Amino acid sequence: MQKTYYDPADLKKFGEISEWNKELGAKFFEYYNSVFKEGALTPREKSLIALAVAHTIQCPYCIDAYTGDGLQRGITKEEMIEALHVSGAIRGGASLVHGVQMMNKVKKLDM
Amino acid sequence: MKRISLHKKHSYLANVNKQLEILSNGIFQNGDLPKFKDKITLTNQFPLKPNKLEVLQINVGYMCNQVCSHCHVDAGPDRKEIMTKETMLQCLEVIKKTEAHTLDLTGGAPEMNPHFRWFIEEASKAGIKDFIVRSNLTIIVANKKYNDIPEFFKKHNIHVVSSMPHWTKDKTDKQRGDGVFNASLKALKMLNAIGYGVPNSSLKLDLVYNPSGAFLPGDQNALEKDFKKELLEGFNIHFHNLFSITNLPISRFLDYLIASENYEDYMYALVEAYNPEAVKNVMCTNTLSVSWDGWLYDCDFNQMLELKVASPVNHISKYNEDLLQNRKITISQHCYGCTAGAGSSCQGTVA
Repeated sequence: MQKTYYDPADLKKFGEISEWNKELGAKFFEYYNSVFKEGALTPREKSLIALAVAHTIQCPYCIDAYTGDGLQRGITKEEMIEALHVSGAIRGGASLVHGVQMMNKVKKLDM
Repeated sequence: MKRISLHKKHSYLANVNKQLEILSNGIFQNGDLPKFKDKITLTNQFPLKPNKLEVLQINVGYMCNQVCSHCHVDAGPDRKEIMTKETMLQCLEVIKKTEAHTLDLTGGAPEMNPHFRWFIEEASKAGIKDFIVRSNLTIIVANKKYNDIPEFFKKHNIHVVSSMPHWTKDKTDKQRGDGVFNASLKALKMLNAIGYGVPNSSLKLDLVYNPSGAFLPGDQNALEKDFKKELLEGFNIHFHNLFSITNLPISRFLDYLIASENYEDYMYALVEAYNPEAVKNVMCTNTLSVSWDGWLYDCDFNQMLELKVASPVNHISKYNEDLLQNRKITISQHCYGCTAGAGSSCQGTVA
């Protein structure tokens, strides 16, 4: 058994999840690839969304993959960090907006 | 920090045998990754043989006014290897009889060869109609004596191919040196002003995109679209096509990969992206490369690794196209750079 939960080399083996269920694996990767095709959004815009989400869910594989993907697409570090601040703002906002709940509770209970 | 060539630094990598050792040892020696020969054997593409010869690519010297961090030539102001008029005369003899329709001049900065203009004029008289000059752009504005180069290009209907790793100053200057971005824009404007690169113009101006780091190029068409939009909206600059070229793990780029501890990951990325379709059209199958001193190579990369053509004829003075066309192309692990993804060549993707 490996000594750490994450190994960067495992990212390259992502496709292997299909080995234990070919049908669902194939469906997932078909869906995944379709999602990132040019549509109403460009693949470049989708790559930046993926990078922001990768940080929100704190997936090291995804961060690795979409930082590299962004560089390949010519996305600049300025664009990357702005995307991350969107992620940070939503995460921070999600905590703080619950403050309303706290305030309501305090107002109800406190004399 | 002042940029200097590996040669000037007396780096161990200035010795091409060291580069070839690195490319054959380690992950390729212990079997972690297949050697290029084994990989193309699996798809019955070994030995690699030339198809019809279309391009004669002549490297007229390694001298350059820039010292780019990824340069496979290890070019720079300190490089003194410059093609002589005598070697050019030998090239002209070949130009008169070759089947190749395109003369592709590269360097260094080819314009810095003192016989550059004379050579093009003579090649033009010898019947070459399709000229490519790989210009780094900044040379045009580096010194007064080069300011009329755009007019010279126009006079001979030369197809200009120029490097530009990004539409931002930071990324461009980081790869190509301080001030390169602004100087390149100035030169591009000069070229645009006389008709180069503008829509529907027959004066062809293409850009070459090399990734500015240890990653492979993205989709060529998507990058071209972004480059066009950004250069037009930001700087009112036009160009025709973008060629995306993968950085090959040799010379200064190899030095960078090793120093930044990216070498193994980069080689894995190249091998993983191996595409047998790209092998069919790699540029060594339609191009011959001539060095400043007249030796013949399968490509400019092999030239820099001093891997001469495997043919009884390996110098321009003894040129024999029939014999040369019978050769087996010399390969090593750097060739993975031309077969990754959509492939890579001096004309961009190949698959």
